[in-house]
Amino acid sequence: MGVREGLLVLLTTGPKHGYQLKLDFEVATGEAWPLNIGQVYTTLQRLERDDLVTATDEDDEGRIAYRITATGKEEITHWLSEPVERTVANRDEVSMKLLLTLASGVADPQRVIDTQRRSTMQALQDYTRLRTDGDRTDFPWQLHIDRLIFRTEAELRWLDRVEECMSLETPRSITTSNEVADSTAREGTK
Amino acid sequence: MSADRILTMSGVGRVHGKGAQQVRALVDVDLEVSAGELVAVTGRSGSGKTTLLNLAGGLDEPTTGTIQVEGRHLDDMGANGLAALRRRSVGYMFQQFNLLATLTAVENVALPMELDGMTLREARHAAEVALAEVGLEGVANRYPDEISGGEQQRVAIARGLVGPRKLLLADEPTGALDEITSESILGILRDRCDAGAAALMVTHEPAFAAWADRVVRLRDGRLEHVSERSALPPTVEEMWT
Repeated sequence: MGVREGLLVLLTTGPKHGYQLKLDFEVATGEAWPLNIGQVYTTLQRLERDDLVTATDEDDEGRIAYRITATGKEEITHWLSEPVERTVANRDEVSMKLLLTLASGVADPQRVIDTQRRSTMQALQDYTRLRTDGDRTDFPWQLHIDRLIFRTEAELRWLDRVEECMSLETPRSITTSNEVADSTAREGTK
Repeated sequence: MSADRILTMSGVGRVHGKGAQQVRALVDVDLEVSAGELVAVTGRSGSGKTTLLNLAGGLDEPTTGTIQVEGRHLDDMGANGLAALRRRSVGYMFQQFNLLATLTAVENVALPMELDGMTLREARHAAEVALAEVGLEGVANRYPDEISGGEQQRVAIARGLVGPRKLLLADEPTGALDEITSESILGILRDRCDAGAAALMVTHEPAFAAWADRVVRLRDGRLEHVSERSALPPTVEEMWT
């Protein structure tokens, strides 16, 4: 996610200076993405350049607060109205590794599944423990761990599904690019 | 043998049926569960999970191998010894609730302790405590057919937890329960183990298995180690990067 949008959202509640934005960002996100203060200032400068925020005069302590502009508010309204693109989620390494193993026969897919399951299950155990041992009133933190738990759980379910499918039938072997070319050619002559 | 070893299964096999119909439900299973440990058994349906639990609780006998609970061999115990073990040391939380329809919730929970010689008053008090632990104070005096399926399941769980049970055996203990109630039941199991009990829990839900210290998996009757909780959970930095 863009730190840029995150800072803009925080500025919708009123002007803030850089360090305050860093703290607010971390509290709101359960400290999931610790921000480097330098990154905050660089981002604010870019937002100012693009007329999304304006800098106020220095206060007594020499700090500059930033205020969101009308254009900035428009940008945030647009950002919030759009879904997040799923391009990253669609290409995760676990599925890629396993599907390619199945297709190529380069290794025993059961082994790949077992190895991955061990690691994923351990992660799920660790997250579950963090969640139960953690501060129950820290909602951003709890919700973040929930997100990780669901994601990890989904991966385990998928590994089970692959294993189940493997036991039902021999997976279709790899379709090489030559075979694809052949079938395309055949289609063309119909 | 370690002093705090509660369950020891060595080379355990179980064959159901004979001849061509023969099914090898479990093959050469070695499993040890110590006091303080919650072990989750995962695996597809038909992989032998319930057979494993029945054997551990003395509800079924292995074809091969030996099983010890608190250092005592189950096959040396005889029918009376096994019955005492089931009333006293082992808590069962199984899919079928097996509640007696003619007894109220609190009477159902108190029954094993009464059978074991506890006074009616003591048994009832312990049963009320166990019912409160699963959040069922309000239905103690109702009959099974007057409460919901989820409540019946929690009564059965309270019956499995009541008294000083050393070995808790749970077969899909959260089957009929919603997510929040399931978590509270898992929390109780976890607390009991942290307080010194040993538990073996069968579940097909990865999120529930994750409450365990150790996760094992049955595949075609064979037991495989999957994972254990890290000694130290990951730090915030490790988690998010």
